[in-house]
Amino acid sequence: MKYAMIQKGDLSRWFDSLKDKGKIYGPKKKEDAFVFAPIEEFEEMALEYIPTILPPKKYFFPAKELLFDFKVQPLKTSKAIESFEQFILFGAHTCDIAGIQCMDIVFKEKPEDPNYLNRKERMTTIGYECMHYCDAVASCAAVGTHVPRGGYDIMLTDLGACYAVHINSDRGESLVSGKSYIPEMTEGDRALLKKAQDEKAGKFRTEFKSGMEVVDKAFTGGFFSKVWQDVGRRCVGCTNCTAVCPTCYCFDISDEMGLDLSEGTRYRTWSSCQMDDYARVATGEDFRPGRDGRQRHRYYRKFQYPVQKFNKYFCTGCGRCTRTCMAKISLIETVNALIDDEGSPR
Amino acid sequence: MKTAEIPKEIMNSSPYKPMKAKITKTYKYTDQEKFFRIELEGKKDLGHLPGQFVQVSLFGYGEAPISVCSSPTQKGYFDLTVRRIGSVTQAMHRMETGDMLGIRGPFGTSFPLEKMHGRDILIIAGGLGIVPLRALIQYILGKRNDFGDVQILLGCKTPKDMLFGDEVVDWQRRTDIKFNCTVDKADPDWKGHVGLITTLIPGATIAPRQTYAVVVGPPIMYRFVIVELLKKTIPENQIVVSLERKMQCGMGKCNHCLIRGVYVCQEGPVFTYEQLRKMEGECHEGECHV
Repeated sequence: MKYAMIQKGDLSRWFDSLKDKGKIYGPKKKEDAFVFAPIEEFEEMALEYIPTILPPKKYFFPAKELLFDFKVQPLKTSKAIESFEQFILFGAHTCDIAGIQCMDIVFKEKPEDPNYLNRKERMTTIGYECMHYCDAVASCAAVGTHVPRGGYDIMLTDLGACYAVHINSDRGESLVSGKSYIPEMTEGDRALLKKAQDEKAGKFRTEFKSGMEVVDKAFTGGFFSKVWQDVGRRCVGCTNCTAVCPTCYCFDISDEMGLDLSEGTRYRTWSSCQMDDYARVATGEDFRPGRDGRQRHRYYRKFQYPVQKFNKYFCTGCGRCTRTCMAKISLIETVNALIDDEGSPR
Repeated sequence: MKTAEIPKEIMNSSPYKPMKAKITKTYKYTDQEKFFRIELEGKKDLGHLPGQFVQVSLFGYGEAPISVCSSPTQKGYFDLTVRRIGSVTQAMHRMETGDMLGIRGPFGTSFPLEKMHGRDILIIAGGLGIVPLRALIQYILGKRNDFGDVQILLGCKTPKDMLFGDEVVDWQRRTDIKFNCTVDKADPDWKGHVGLITTLIPGATIAPRQTYAVVVGPPIMYRFVIVELLKKTIPENQIVVSLERKMQCGMGKCNHCLIRGVYVCQEGPVFTYEQLRKMEGECHEGECHV
């Protein structure tokens, strides 16, 4: 839509003006890492951060989501959530916004998921562009999520003394309009933004040893690659990688009964394809036994299946799976190994 | 995100909420398998096709995907036959006529009825595989003139494990279909064939090009039965199977049933062997090397 500018010193003032628009969640330091958490005062936030432990999915796809309430006798169902919360996600990186776009596709697909949509409709996204790599395990440039590609209401880009404010929706517009300290971008500012973008482009390059065409080929030909056995041998099946992934959304559905056993709630909880019993049915038949097959499944769920179905990678390059892995399985190393094994010229 | 284009009804409803249904008849075929006739509220038709499944919902226990075992030509109700095996089905076995439960669905693909029209049909059922196939058999018998030769091969562990006994007697007596049955292990009263279901196939008279073979049984059965069917030179796209998978939602969201990018709950459970081959490595039912 359009661009505006804000002095860094005014950001806190603008933040305060957002408080009456809904609860604000932003990045915050927690021990040696960062988390998205409720923010009361601007100073609590750490805007320069490496991806948080959990991605923002917890706000619109909670780890435990109430689907509906029920009564057993007589059989009856009713709404479990009367009203959803209005909230602002402040300081989301472009990789995480890309993850949100992936989730949108899935949950907007028919039949639409009303829990997800109701939460998402009440979310305002204010992005914060990374101008340099957060660390060496991110692979955002390979999948092109290191730059803003929509999916937000406002994007802030650091230009030194000030931020460029990209207004990308009517909702975003309403948050900045009428504020004298957020003027429209001048020609000079525009040149400054261009310069910053060019400098950034020089810092980011594909993190895999080849471009995505080669990665695609490696996945197409690499289903039976020994790479998966190597990964499977090292994997301890802890499911950390899927819990922290911004595009993992597998779930289980269960019931919780009240103490008098006459009413209860049906809810869904995050599941993980890395769990031992993920594909095991009641008869005991396990349709995906082995950590090798389960890890392979996770990678194909990011690099091939969604490309075939939605024409989109479901890896956002955020690097969380690598950072959190107890067995030090690295996504970049795995993809590179697959390229070596299958994608090499024949 | 713009959700304006999504109608209010959808935002206010939930595809996870089941329809209310009542059990109008039960029958215990074996110690493990019980039959339920189900009526949706208002005697509404389920609107299913043979091969599709529903999510049975018992509040307090959860949901389980169950194949419908009656033909849609029967109106106002549908049938389920359930093995007592997990927590939902254990609880379901304690239910009787008049009890209420929840139903979501129907979900998934059906047997390819249009393509099967006018063709010879070879139905091969192993164990509980007869359950979804009963819907197909009823459907075919109701429209018998729409199909060529119809053969049913039925296998179960012992004569005591046989389901739909009265109907099986009828299938045996009919002159417009061929019926053959085998048990893995006989008892003293058993006069029929003894042996695995695969032993019935070599002797069957089949015109391969015009035959659709529909196979449903435990996972291990497919590999051996499909090999026999391929030996009979039935084309790969005319060998039809139904896959069992873990499912939570039935709507292609929870991902439990995903194999090589294919959602069994939506693109299946009915597949051809040709389709199974494309899922190699994730679908052991389809790994039949000849």
